[in-house]
Amino acid sequence: MASEIKQGTLELVNHLPILQVITPMLLAPLLVVLNNKTLSWLLSFLGTLACLFISFLLIQAVSDGSIITYYLGGWVPPIGIEYRIDAANAILLFLISIISVIVLIFSYTSLHAEIPEEKHTLFYSCFLLCLTGLLGVVATADIFNVFVFLEISSLSTYVLVAQGAYLDRRALSASFNYLIMGTIGATFFVIGIGYIYMATGSLNMIDIAERVSQLGDNKTIQAGFAFIVVGMGLKLAMVPLHVWLPNAYTFAPTVVTCFLAATATKVALYVLIRFVFSVFNYEDSFVNELFFLLLMPLAVIAMIAASVIAIFKQNLKKLLAYSSLAQIGYMLLGLSLMSQKGLASSLVHMVNHGFTKAALFMSLGAFVLNTKNVYIKSLRGLGKSMPFTSAAFVIGGLSLIGVPGTAGFISKWLLLEAALETGYWLVAIFIIASSLFAVIYIWKIIEVLYFSESSDSYNEVSVLTLLPISILALFCIFLGINTSFTVDVANMATEILFK
Amino acid sequence: MDINLNFIYGHLPYWLFIILMLSGLFIVVSRGNLIKKIVGLNIFQTSVFMFYISIGKMKGGTAPILLEKSANSSAVIYSNPLPHVLILTAIVVGIATTALGLALIIKIREEYDTVEEDDIQKMDQKDLKKYNKKNVLETNS
Repeated sequence: MASEIKQGTLELVNHLPILQVITPMLLAPLLVVLNNKTLSWLLSFLGTLACLFISFLLIQAVSDGSIITYYLGGWVPPIGIEYRIDAANAILLFLISIISVIVLIFSYTSLHAEIPEEKHTLFYSCFLLCLTGLLGVVATADIFNVFVFLEISSLSTYVLVAQGAYLDRRALSASFNYLIMGTIGATFFVIGIGYIYMATGSLNMIDIAERVSQLGDNKTIQAGFAFIVVGMGLKLAMVPLHVWLPNAYTFAPTVVTCFLAATATKVALYVLIRFVFSVFNYEDSFVNELFFLLLMPLAVIAMIAASVIAIFKQNLKKLLAYSSLAQIGYMLLGLSLMSQKGLASSLVHMVNHGFTKAALFMSLGAFVLNTKNVYIKSLRGLGKSMPFTSAAFVIGGLSLIGVPGTAGFISKWLLLEAALETGYWLVAIFIIASSLFAVIYIWKIIEVLYFSESSDSYNEVSVLTLLPISILALFCIFLGINTSFTVDVANMATEILFK
Repeated sequence: MDINLNFIYGHLPYWLFIILMLSGLFIVVSRGNLIKKIVGLNIFQTSVFMFYISIGKMKGGTAPILLEKSANSSAVIYSNPLPHVLILTAIVVGIATTALGLALIIKIREEYDTVEEDDIQKMDQKDLKKYNKKNVLETNS
């Protein structure tokens, strides 16, 4: 049992996978003890910066296709819990960490407008717990550990969403609905894990994968798979199970919406991908049929229906929430094509859409800071009085549509290629149709921003608010021009997953 | 018929699990009262705990405690303790969820003065009309 990491040595480099998860986890209770508003912001910012640094080291270490394994407490799997970092989850760790850093810069200025000051410490502590959960879900290779981290992140997410209640009481019922749906989803997921454990007697992903392939056609495994797909479908807002998402995104504080829209649903989708490829046998006809007959139609419905609904929404946060649903459709579609290219496009779109949606929600948040209003009428003439924020919003919007030169183009192009390669030309038409709908709702906003006169004038937001917005907008362009970072890592990840 | 009865009797814990699970899920979906929803959710989760514990049971197995007198004999059969440990974690998660749900209900009660879902939805609709699409950001601060 030669481990790639020398356990027992105290060199920090060997413990990167666990440090990534444990840094925010240890900071969260510390913030509550210190109970100082500014200090808690500073500590969480430094903590997330450390996470970003670690995830950067990890992504460098695995970008050549190697896999880092870490045994918790030195216990060798399948008895112990194993953390396993490969290209597929390193890229997501990076996305989650960088988004959390950027979101925290934004929260320094925007949080005062939304949450009373005495609650800020608790807010940051919850935020760090949510981050711990998301990072843990991605890093671990133990299926029950996935559930535990998923619930850590979900429980703190419910609290974070409910924080919107200081401005709008509807945040409470949105959060409650999310709690009910999310818990049902998580419980379905646990039932699925129970079935897998029943059939294989193991909780380690690699170990299960070996035993599943020996079992062959097994009803228990198939039932477990069905439960896991439904449970994760609830968490990732797959279309008929999406009811919690629009309200939760609309009434949560802007900071929370940015963070959730960029990370939470993607992590749930990652779990689904990981289970399909690393736990179950993706060549199994049962898995294939489920994806072809169920996920693909649902993904197409999400792409079309959610985009159409978004066109008619006046509340901009709700509009972007519905557009998120459509984008989740793209990612699911890439997965359901069951080809290397499809999966790669799905992974790239996760990252690109994370930056795009965060840029959109954040610039919208900056508008709201000034106008105190999220309805489309309030944006009149802001293109002149808030030029930088508006420019960032336009860049995000273009990336959402998929205009060449932006991040969204790369992933949509890959998805189109994958759809045509596998022969689903009808699906390709739907992808283009959905992008055209995106043109309509983004143009609707741009028109109000730039081509209508405003009665009141506003000042541009402060530099500190503008900084995270412009970083995100630059990422939208950078990832559209320099694809080596996302596409190469995603290709490496699909090779590992498909092996 | 005989075989069917044996099948049902032999899988008794699973049948109970399914009945409990479905009734819990039904309560969550059908009841409008938020507290009843949480109760339904608890029943739903409890059914899963039962399911896990029944997985760990071995025929004739005893509690997995290593006693000195039986330490060296391989004749003693133990129940599998792992599902119990797993479910201990899940119970903690369940309690946290219930506590959070109830805390949210208290807040909802303070704001809306009701815990019925239908009433809350009606009040939300009224809010939307009253503020005439102005955001509440203005009205509260």
